[in-house]
This record gives sequence, C-alpha cells and structure tokens, in this order.
Amino acid sequence: MMTTVSSFIASTLRLATPTLIAALGIVFSERAGVVNIGTEGMMLMGALAGVMGSYYTGSALLGALIAMLTGCLFAMIFAFFTVSIKADQTVIGTGLNILASGLTITINRAVFGASTSPPKISTFGAVELPLLSRIPILGEAVFSQPLPVYIALLLVPLAQFVMMHCNVGLKVRAVGENPKACDTVGINVSKTRFLAVLYSGIMAGFAGAFVSMGQMTFFTENMIAGGGFIALAAVVFGNYTPLGVLISSLVFGASNAIMFRLQAASTGIPSQFALMLPYVITIAAICVVLRRSNRPASSAKPYIKE
Amino acid sequence: MKKSILQKMGHQLNAVVFPLIAIFAALMVGSLVILLSSNSSPLAAYKALFTGAFGSPRAWEDSILKAIPFVFTALSYAIANRCGIINLGAEGQFEMGALAATIAAVSFPPLPAILHLPLTLIAGFLGGALFGLIPAILRVQFGASELITTIMLNYIASQLISYSVNGPIMDSASSSYPQSAHMPESASLTAIFPGSRIHWGLIILLVCVIFYYVFLWKTTRGYELRVVGLNSTAGEYAGMNIRRSILRSMFLAGGFAGLGGCIEIIAVQYRLMMTSFKVTYGFTGIAVALLGNNHPLGMLLSGLLFGGLQTGSLRMQTVTDASSSVVLVVQAVIILFIAGRLMFRIQHGRHLRHKTLNIPPKAMEERGAER
Repeated sequence: MMTTVSSFIASTLRLATPTLIAALGIVFSERAGVVNIGTEGMMLMGALAGVMGSYYTGSALLGALIAMLTGCLFAMIFAFFTVSIKADQTVIGTGLNILASGLTITINRAVFGASTSPPKISTFGAVELPLLSRIPILGEAVFSQPLPVYIALLLVPLAQFVMMHCNVGLKVRAVGENPKACDTVGINVSKTRFLAVLYSGIMAGFAGAFVSMGQMTFFTENMIAGGGFIALAAVVFGNYTPLGVLISSLVFGASNAIMFRLQAASTGIPSQFALMLPYVITIAAICVVLRRSNRPASSAKPYIKE
Repeated sequence: MKKSILQKMGHQLNAVVFPLIAIFAALMVGSLVILLSSNSSPLAAYKALFTGAFGSPRAWEDSILKAIPFVFTALSYAIANRCGIINLGAEGQFEMGALAATIAAVSFPPLPAILHLPLTLIAGFLGGALFGLIPAILRVQFGASELITTIMLNYIASQLISYSVNGPIMDSASSSYPQSAHMPESASLTAIFPGSRIHWGLIILLVCVIFYYVFLWKTTRGYELRVVGLNSTAGEYAGMNIRRSILRSMFLAGGFAGLGGCIEIIAVQYRLMMTSFKVTYGFTGIAVALLGNNHPLGMLLSGLLFGGLQTGSLRMQTVTDASSSVVLVVQAVIILFIAGRLMFRIQHGRHLRHKTLNIPPKAMEERGAER
C-alpha cells in the first residue's frame, strides 16, 4: 500500500512536470496579455533540440539548454508577429505549431533516419537527494526525481514572488491589464510583452526537453500530443498565478497517472477511455474556473499606439 | 469617385497578389529546408512536386480528390471565424462525422441506396455538427475558451475512433485488424463519370460552398452571424442574440467538417481505420481558409493548391529524397505570411483611422455615453 501511494505520487509529479514548466512560462506571457498558442510547437521543437543536443554533446543538461534556446528562437518568431506587427495570436500560434510539426519530422528523419532504432542518448536520470530521499513514502515519491522536477518545484515560489512582489512582475501584470495607462506612464508595452513571450518560449523548450529526455528516452514524431495546450489550460485553471499553476499541473499529472494505472490494471474499461481522461479533465477544469478570474483585461488584444 | 475605384481595385489586387506572394515566400522557405535536410536540389524536388500535383490528367484528378476534404474543413473554420469563433476543432469534427457515417453505413440491414445514402450523409453531418456544438455550448454557458476546448476535443475524437474500430464497429471478417467493415454499395458515393475517379462528393461540396455564400450574405441569420463576428457589442445593441449565433455557426462548422469526413470514408477510403486521418485535415483546412480569405471561391482555389501539394509531396518523396513533411513547412509559412500581412498594410490603417475620426459630434457623444 505504502509503495503504491509513493509510486503514485512520484509518477504524478513526473507527469505534471512538463505542464508545470511550460505553464510557469505561459503564466507570464498570459499576464502580459499574449496568449501563446504556439507553446505546443515550441515544446515540440524543444523536445527534438534537446535530444539532438544530448546526442552531440553527451549531456542531457546541455541538451536542455539547447532546447531552451530553440524555444526562445521560436518564441521570437511568435513575438515578432503578434507583438511587433500585431497579427492574430491564434492564427500565428497555429501556424507555428504546424511549422514545428513539419520541421521536427523533417529534421528527425534527416539526422536520425526514419526507421532505424533510436540511438542511446544521455537522459535525465533520477537524482536522489541525500537524507531527504530516506524519508518514508515522501522520500521515494518526491526526493528521488530527475533534476528538472526539482527545478520546476523550486521555480514556483520564485515565480510567485517575482510576479506579485517585484517590479518586473508588476510591469507584466499592468501591461496585460491596461496597456494604454502603461504607455502613458512610460512603460514600454511592446518590449515587456516581447520579453514575456520569449520567457514563455524558453520554458516551453525546457518542458519539451523534459518530455523527450525525462519521461521518454528519445524523440518521436508529434510526441507532445497536446501537452502545450494542456499547459495553456493549466494557466487558466490555475487562475493565472504560479501557485495556482502548481495545483492545476498536479491535477493534470494525477489524471495522467490514473490513466496509466487504468491502462495497466485490467479493469474492463477500454484503454482509449483512460487515454481520454486528461483531455476531459482539462475541458472540465476550464469550465469550472471561478467567475472572478485573474484573466487580464487585454488578453489576446494587440496594443496599437494612437 | 476616382479614388474609390482605385481603392477598390487596390483591394482586389491585394486579395489576389498577396496570397501569391505568401505562396512564393513559403516555397522559398521550403526550398531552404529541402536544401538543408536532403541531398536533392530544391529545384528537382519542386519539379517532382508540381508534376506530381498538376502534371497529368491523372495528377489533376488526384489533387482534386485530395482537395475535397480540405475545402470542407476550410468551410468549417471559415463559418465559425465569420462569427468570431476560432474553430481549431475541425479535425475532431471531421473524424466524428466519419465515425457517425460509418456507423450508419455498416449497421443497417441492406437498404436501397436512395434511403441509405441520404441517411449516411445526414449521420455524417450530424456527427460533426453535434461534436461542434460541444465547444459552443461550453463557450456560451461557462465562458470556456474554444481555443482549448476544441483542441482537447480533437484528442478525444481520435480516441473514440480508436475505441470504435477496435471494438463495436470492428469488422468481424478481419478481426485481427482494427478497421470497420467495407462500406456497402448502398451507402457509397460513386464516380460522376465512368472512368474518372471524381465522385459525387465534389457536387455536394459545391452545394455546401454555395450554401455558405447564400447563408452568410443573403439571409438575415447569416447577416446576424457576421455582425456578431465583426462587433458583438454592436450586434447585442441591435437586439441580436449572440449566443444563438455562436451556437448556429458552430453547428454548421461541425456539420461541414463532419460531412467532409463522411465523404472521405464513403467515397475514397471505404473503411474507417486508425490510419484514416493521417493527413491533418482540420489544420490544413485552417490554412486553406486563411489563404482563401474565408471567401467561397478563394477557398476552392486554395483547397486545390493544398490538394496538389498533398499529392505532389508523395511523388516528391519517392522521386527525390526530400521528406514529404516539407509540405507542412510550406503550409505553415503561408499561414504566417497571410496572418502577418498587416505588416504591409500599415499605410492602409492610417487612412481608416482618419475616416473614423470624421464622425459627427453628436454621434461621438452617443459613443461616449455607451462607454
């Protein structure tokens, strides 16, 4: 029983991590008033870039770094179109997602070949924290995880502090709430939004790298499978705060963990219904969001100076 | 007067020239990808692509066949878009239409075609339409953003397909392979002319395109739908029911996509299986609608282009070693360019602004009161 509990918590955490990492980025771009629909594509690019980085450098950490750079580069395209020339965020995001799908398939086939068995690369193994990992149940569940899980968990309070109590966070929130007022008092709306989008791209790249090197051990075509959109939903469900995002990511992680348990156990429930669970829960989650939401007033609206 | 004619011509030029620029730019980016990812020259690859797409009567036929589902999903995106809804769920609606049609086609006892065929088509339409209603209801009832719900529903739809072909509608004759039974003749669409493979689905598509035009521009409900899309507050002040317009547009959007899925199964693939939807029909439809500027004729033309790219990419992959997924890159860049065309329209925007400032003072006061 104890081991079941601890292994359930462990897999919940591991499955929640990509959502959490990506959502911690999106929460800033969302608050700045930009809906980063391209997260899915940025994660996909990150997933491949991470694998390639790890393949060529031999280090998963360097791979993740390269993934973050790739995510940032992709976010730059998104920011250029949506912030600088004020194009429709949804359409650009959708375009970038298709672009990422096409690019990753092409590059993956060109570099690793289409049908050969994937080469072994360095991935994120479990890191047991000294002493802490000895705690019963919790030790095994929380303190023997891959490195990115710890990073993500540590980033939550940090992001919460930055968003709520730092000048940067205030600027980001103000720009999303009332860009015109910000402009009047001399805050550069476009620059703030641009940087917020870049940050969300960096995090999406990192999240993608964790999918391909923390959860899996290699890249497969279209492996993100909606993970970017689930991260977007996690931000809505988490009411646009980093702490809320932690909770919603854990809910999604748990629903994934339940899905795998259902699939493994012969319950008679067809596996397809278990596989639907995370998506159904996502839909349910954004429907029950509180009416008094923190959704910024100028969400998804480009700011045009008069 | 003279100016307005010039402006009008400018608009028309814009509507034609701009998509051409976008296509050209996309092909350039695609050639860069080919150059970097394969040993073939982009020129050879594109030559294979274009002969594969439009090089012979047979190629044309293939391209038209491939274009049909794309125009259906483009209609789906476009009619929702006219109402201000972003339907990213044509993919799932297409699949649910195919599923409902398959169920209607294989689970009835032998019926005469005159009954069975309409039944199957209606099932396909309703399968997509009801699936399209889900995000619309969630939107008007709970304010849930359709961006996320439609995407999530796509994944749910593909799991439903997987469940169905592995379970309830699995062909009992070939029980080892997850697929439905072959479509009975009474529920299949045949070729229009003997000897050609162009089927009656093309005619149904053209009827849908005409319906799309007539509904939006010649009926009151269509007018309401467009007003809600342009300015929902204005529509509300004029006494229009926004919720109803949203529901109506998503019902039709899902229906178009569902009909597309139905026709793809009963006229082209003849069996529903896991691999039936390897082509991302829904997302290609978005590109088709954008390139065609949500215009009936524009969508038909851009649908043909994307059908051609689809057909040609297969030839490109066999003749050269360029990956067929380069077409996805081309498609994406077209979307980026079309959506980013504002970049070229900054001058235009200035003219518009002067115009809006010319409102008589009284109207201005009323506007102020509204705020």
